[in-house]
Amino acid sequence: MSKLKGDIELLQGNEACVRGALLAGVRFFAGYPITPSSEIAEGMARLLPRLGGKFLQMEDEIASMAAVIGASIAGLKSITATSGPGFTLKQENLGFAILNEIPCVIVDAQRGGPSTGLPTAPAQGDMMQARWGTHGDHSIIALAPSTVNEVLFLTIRAVNLSEKYRTPVILLLDEVIAHMREKVRLPLPEEVEIINRKKPTVSPEEYLPFKPEQDGVPPMANFGEGYRYHFTGLIHNQKGLPTTDPQEIDSLIRRINDKIQANIKDITFLENYSLDEARIALVAYGSVARAAEGAVKLAREKGLKVGLLKLLTVWPFPSEEVNRLAQQVDLIVVPEMNLGQMVLAVERAVGGKCKVVSYSRVDGELITPLEILEKVEEEIIKK
Amino acid sequence: MKRDIEYYLRREAFPHIWCAGCGNGIVLGAILRAIDDLQWDKNEIAMISGIGCSSRITGYVDFCTMNTTHGRALPFATGIKMANPEMKVIVVMGDGDCSAIGGNHFIHAARRNIDLTAIIVNNMIYGMTGGQYSPLTPSGRFGTTAPYGNIDQSFDLVKLATAAGASYVARGTVYHIRPLISLIKKAFNKKGFSVVEIISDCPISYGKMNRMQSAPEMLKWIRDSAVSSKVWENLSEEEKKDKYVIGEFLDVEKPEYTELYAMVVERAQKLEVGK
Repeated sequence: MSKLKGDIELLQGNEACVRGALLAGVRFFAGYPITPSSEIAEGMARLLPRLGGKFLQMEDEIASMAAVIGASIAGLKSITATSGPGFTLKQENLGFAILNEIPCVIVDAQRGGPSTGLPTAPAQGDMMQARWGTHGDHSIIALAPSTVNEVLFLTIRAVNLSEKYRTPVILLLDEVIAHMREKVRLPLPEEVEIINRKKPTVSPEEYLPFKPEQDGVPPMANFGEGYRYHFTGLIHNQKGLPTTDPQEIDSLIRRINDKIQANIKDITFLENYSLDEARIALVAYGSVARAAEGAVKLAREKGLKVGLLKLLTVWPFPSEEVNRLAQQVDLIVVPEMNLGQMVLAVERAVGGKCKVVSYSRVDGELITPLEILEKVEEEIIKK
Repeated sequence: MKRDIEYYLRREAFPHIWCAGCGNGIVLGAILRAIDDLQWDKNEIAMISGIGCSSRITGYVDFCTMNTTHGRALPFATGIKMANPEMKVIVVMGDGDCSAIGGNHFIHAARRNIDLTAIIVNNMIYGMTGGQYSPLTPSGRFGTTAPYGNIDQSFDLVKLATAAGASYVARGTVYHIRPLISLIKKAFNKKGFSVVEIISDCPISYGKMNRMQSAPEMLKWIRDSAVSSKVWENLSEEEKKDKYVIGEFLDVEKPEYTELYAMVVERAQKLEVGK
């Protein structure tokens, strides 16, 4: 970690996350030690003060989520990192950030669960926790890198999306992606696109903190900049004050959902491998996407027309693209290190247009390319 | 220039939700009079609260305000203060909010000695939810969830904050208003974590369960149970029973957290990391 930028380096996933966040302009971290994400806190503790940023180790996961929200409101781009058990504790204040439209990023380096589970083993058991972990109707953005390079770039994107749409963004790593080392070319700062939250263009007297612009996103004034207004966990009107007016309630809840859904094209990142002329598609994300890519190569060597759709954005779910894929292929296989979480979203998107099967593993071991290939061949024989 | 406290209020947020006779209005008035005495600029003030009747205070004042989640006001405030140490950050919490669900945050904010002022409105009950006992309900008193009398020991927030590392600790009441304003002012001026516990009344939820049906009865009880710290020292344990001590208990100078962190930044920028 001798330099901050412009180098080719061998980085761990968690280290790449730190570098990406700093390149994206993050200047505040609050967290609590937890395996397998602690290297993110350690990296932030070392590097943030060098850039004049702030690092805080809080008394618990709940407090660190609260501090991140506070710091973001005071104008610093803010991030926290945790794993499944800590992510559960953060759900309370995650809901506050969603309702109050606070830009921030939550990294969840997933490990086996439920409960304390398997602290040092990978899993993808938090996909639905990321989507629905906090109560009430809401939308969320969640990204899932499958290489260390992707960790770097998706961390930058996560920060940018959070600023652009005034919303928390979840970055879903897993123990393998968090701890593995790969070669990464760090971009120069001038190569990095930076998106900052929109500032109000009206005077403090005219400012309505929750009045959206065309894109559904209200401009945000930071505390201390002369705009005095209110945040509350209660359902609020455009002034930010509590309301029980059914119309105001309805329009707020729908807007904070719609601002994500309406911009799904801008938020969705996908990658295709050998999908041209494929008859069978794998849909995978995170470290399993690596095995799926291996399975595609093995299958092609055998002459099987198998391809991969790699999800880098998992929420909002790219239903349109998956539906289009279902019109092309006869079969979609969804390998996951859980009992079948994203496969539910795939089935919903496919809407019966092709067969969808799940391949799952929940024993703390990685899914291998060979296993996926065997599953594909088993399905071919069934036909 | 002395201003009417209306200058500090958000008129559009009224009427407030508090019951007639509630101590929260007195607390609000005392805080605003302290701010006015200090001539603070409204733009520099962040007021953060948790959940409960008293926490609704942040909706009514014309500062940068935040009504956060239950018990979590202090860590939200910590994030704001760290990100912008220039802001004057005031945290208002109820007794349940601060000492039950927020108890851990309270001791750690004190331990860091971060420059926040915590104002705890102690009405000894969960008022908003209808009168359940809190960690500050005295033993033997009644709540809807302590219908046969509370068997829990209550916390002493003054001792708790002092032991945890605060710089300034005081206790006042909604009866003794002038002294309360001075305590709040001293807390605001203190560099470091400052705490003012305010004994307040909830005639609806606490009073009714404890044979004090009206606000005047409750205020008389607050007046008659309060003992100044000088008198308190000479009371026997028997005499201290059902009484509480008010006044100033701690006022010390020690390193403040955001200033210490500024030194961390300085050290980090001088050093090549990794060497």
